[in-house]
Amino acid sequence: MTNYEIYIAIAVMTIVNIITRAFPFLFFRKNELPSYISFIEKFFPAIIMTILIVYSVKDVDFSLFPYGLKELGAIAFTAILHIILKNYLVSIFAGTIFYMFLVQYL
Amino acid sequence: MKYKKEIKKAFEVSIPVMMGYSVLGFAFGLLLLSFDYDWYLAPLMSLFIYAGALQFVAISFFNVKAGFVDIAIASFFVNIRQSFYGLSLLKRFKKTGKLKPYLIFGLTDETYALLTTIKDDEQLKKRWYYFFLTAFNQSYWFIGSTLGAIVGTNIKFDTAGLEFSLTALFVVLCIEQYKNLQNITPFVIGLIASLFSLIFIPSDKMLIVSIIIALIMMFTFRKKIEND
Repeated sequence: MTNYEIYIAIAVMTIVNIITRAFPFLFFRKNELPSYISFIEKFFPAIIMTILIVYSVKDVDFSLFPYGLKELGAIAFTAILHIILKNYLVSIFAGTIFYMFLVQYL
Repeated sequence: MKYKKEIKKAFEVSIPVMMGYSVLGFAFGLLLLSFDYDWYLAPLMSLFIYAGALQFVAISFFNVKAGFVDIAIASFFVNIRQSFYGLSLLKRFKKTGKLKPYLIFGLTDETYALLTTIKDDEQLKKRWYYFFLTAFNQSYWFIGSTLGAIVGTNIKFDTAGLEFSLTALFVVLCIEQYKNLQNITPFVIGLIASLFSLIFIPSDKMLIVSIIIALIMMFTFRKKIEND
């Protein structure tokens, strides 16, 4: 692509991206929200958080040694740390350092 | 400073995102430069598009000289999951006034995750706290991708594994969500839907397929979820 075409492509992606993010705000403007929206509002974050964990390890090949055990190990380590210490910065830092150690030195 | 408390809290909450976004943004800038595109396209894209997955896909759009209609359709499907995010934020964003357009624009996976999980502090002016949190997150992405595009090719240091900070963030927020809800069913639904897609669906469509399966299951088991 020429630079000129790239600018147009960026503008197209910017607009589409804004539309996907703004969609619900444009279509639900009434004060009383239907009950299925309150249902999604309450339970969807839990679902998406679980999905995002799995999504974030999607490029790991679980059929090859070490079968994703580094990722699963680091996820378990982070979770246990968080359940015990309840400090989310500590859990995330320590979990990440633990994972970096696993991928860089093992 | 007028909003010192809000800035402080937003910064603290955003630190894990800083670790993840700066590294992924850096990788994006580096990749863009490796195809010989101008460096300033990296900050430009991070400022206006500001969608991680889409920006990586954008590089291949440029490479294959994709048509603009194709780009629009593909972008829509890469980002369609974001249409569901706003549904959990309609009430919360109601009183955000002039800041609302930016809050909506800046609604990435991670910002959404933080906004819906971290308990609101009653002391804070919420709309400004939301604003600073969103802006901090975007600044990490912006700075990371700019640095990747400017200095990336000359710097060598081993950041392998640092991107796990975003996985760790989701793990921690998932636990916090469980504390709020005390209901295991939504997590089981999310796990089943995403494991199914992980195994059977190509990775570029995995996220949206997971969300659709999860929504179907969610409404199928609505009574059970609400009564638990």
